[in-house]
Amino acid sequence: MRPAFSVLFLTTLIGVGQGLLVALVTAQFFLVIGADGAGETGGFYALGSVLALILLGLGLLASFFHLANPGRAWRSAAKWRTSWLSREVILIPAVCGLAFLYALVHWLGWSPVLLVFDNGKALDLPMALGFAAAGASLALFVCTGMIYACVRFVRQWASAWTVVNYLMMGLASGFTLAAAYAALSGSALRDFLTVAALALTLLAMATRLYQVRRNGRVRLKSTLKTAIGSHHPQIRQISQGFMGQSFNTTEFFTPGAAETIRGLTLFFTLAGFVVPAILLAASLGGDYGLLMVAAALCQYAGLLAERWVFFAAGNHVQNLYYQARA
Amino acid sequence: MSKVQLALVIDLNVCVGCHACVTSCKEWNSSGWAGPMTDENPYGADPSGVFFNRVQTYECGTYPETETIHFPKSCLHCVEPPCVPVCPTGASYKREEDGIVLVDYDKCIGCKYCSWSCPYGAREFDPVQGVMKKCTLCVDRIYDKTLAEDRRKPACVLACPPGARLFGDVNDPASEASRAIRDNGGFQLMPEWGTNPANHYLPRRKTSMTLHHDELVRVDNPLKIEGELPRPSFNAPSIDDLSSW
Ligand code: SF4
Ligand code: SF4
Repeated sequence: MRPAFSVLFLTTLIGVGQGLLVALVTAQFFLVIGADGAGETGGFYALGSVLALILLGLGLLASFFHLANPGRAWRSAAKWRTSWLSREVILIPAVCGLAFLYALVHWLGWSPVLLVFDNGKALDLPMALGFAAAGASLALFVCTGMIYACVRFVRQWASAWTVVNYLMMGLASGFTLAAAYAALSGSALRDFLTVAALALTLLAMATRLYQVRRNGRVRLKSTLKTAIGSHHPQIRQISQGFMGQSFNTTEFFTPGAAETIRGLTLFFTLAGFVVPAILLAASLGGDYGLLMVAAALCQYAGLLAERWVFFAAGNHVQNLYYQARA
Repeated sequence: MSKVQLALVIDLNVCVGCHACVTSCKEWNSSGWAGPMTDENPYGADPSGVFFNRVQTYECGTYPETETIHFPKSCLHCVEPPCVPVCPTGASYKREEDGIVLVDYDKCIGCKYCSWSCPYGAREFDPVQGVMKKCTLCVDRIYDKTLAEDRRKPACVLACPPGARLFGDVNDPASEASRAIRDNGGFQLMPEWGTNPANHYLPRRKTSMTLHHDELVRVDNPLKIEGELPRPSFNAPSIDDLSSW
């Protein structure tokens, strides 16, 4: 499949944004259940989720470049019952809205207690909104992953690993950014977030490399035999019906994909996972804010390459009908 | 299964690969309801354009034991179209009344998601209008009362010189299309995906007969060739009891 840059930026940017939101909420929850009563200022969370909002907004902006008729984008919420794309379209603004509210109540320091538990802990409004925002972010990961995982005709995509990887890579990059943010703002959450980012990055590497391995082995379910309904064991296409290009030859193929995929797979393994993991481990326990920013940027570049590979490696069934270039 | 499902039946045994259906489709639909069918750079070095129907050519076997198959391909108007439920706007839909799968150009946002969900590569995006396009089964002429009744057929069916394309309701067992499918081993493309295409193809059929050696050498009544029967004798028995002469 042809990697469209709008979609590469959309999926990676909102991935970081959602991951950052989840990281902030996890950190807040960590402090709430941590008994020592240490807290973080509302401003920390507010600024953090504004950062997430900016990333989500940039992703949304990128997505509009993908649509040929962006003016009608509102229509795409219509078929949420059947279409994962429609569900994603609904969830992105929902996550943005919840992130905004989360930032707002933190900024205003408005934290009425909603529930008191038996052990004396309380659920206040910012935490509750945080849970909602994190839940919506996780649901959005599932939607984005399912958009690709439910395309049965691309075997490389049609597996649960697609969803797992969208989730894992989004969380890893979000936590790395959150750790860098915490380090820069001198927050006590720095080490917690760094350890979490490190663990998620390694886990994401494991699941993504597993999918790379799986994709090296999958075969198309269809053959030219079923494509044209001839029982002959040996069929070859002489003409695809035209000599120029068509939507079928541009949208579903990536020129020079095989070599680029090999090179970029190595690149994203290093830049997306190995290098950030080393940088995160190196900055553990010390005050290396800039090093962690470098880790986050490096990881983003790596994940952008990863997304390119994800698309380029997808081999659509329809390609069976477009093998002869004449 | 009692609902009407209009479809094409394409006889691969008859198709000669002349592309008449391709050009007549382009002509009709460029100027009709489903148009335009945009071409980009049509006279340049790297032309590209929208077609609803393509004729491809395949070769089976190795020389000299080869067979050429001309293979027209357009939207198959699947009974279970995987392209429809994925459309986020509802622009892609399957008509209740006749099973034709259509795109509403006024709703389509051009996300191309439906084309990913068609295993046959039947949808072609129009980058100029920014909407997805595909075969409409000439929905704008098959119901047109201003046309003579035998002209109310898709343009490709009317154009096909050897008559390789049939059009009709495949759910009506009495229709010409259903009968052709039944009688000639009609099949669907890629049945493994469960899309249940409405369009069917008729396979290549070789006309052959088996001849045995004794059918090549004349054994019946050889005298008819080799000479006249000997003349019976004068007093041999005869029908009128007079003479065999
Ligand atoms: S052939 Fe493709 S576009 Fe046509 S109905 Fe079937 S899946 Fe949809
Ligand atoms: S390209 Fe148009 S018809 Fe296809 S899924 Fe998107 S909105 Fe629906």
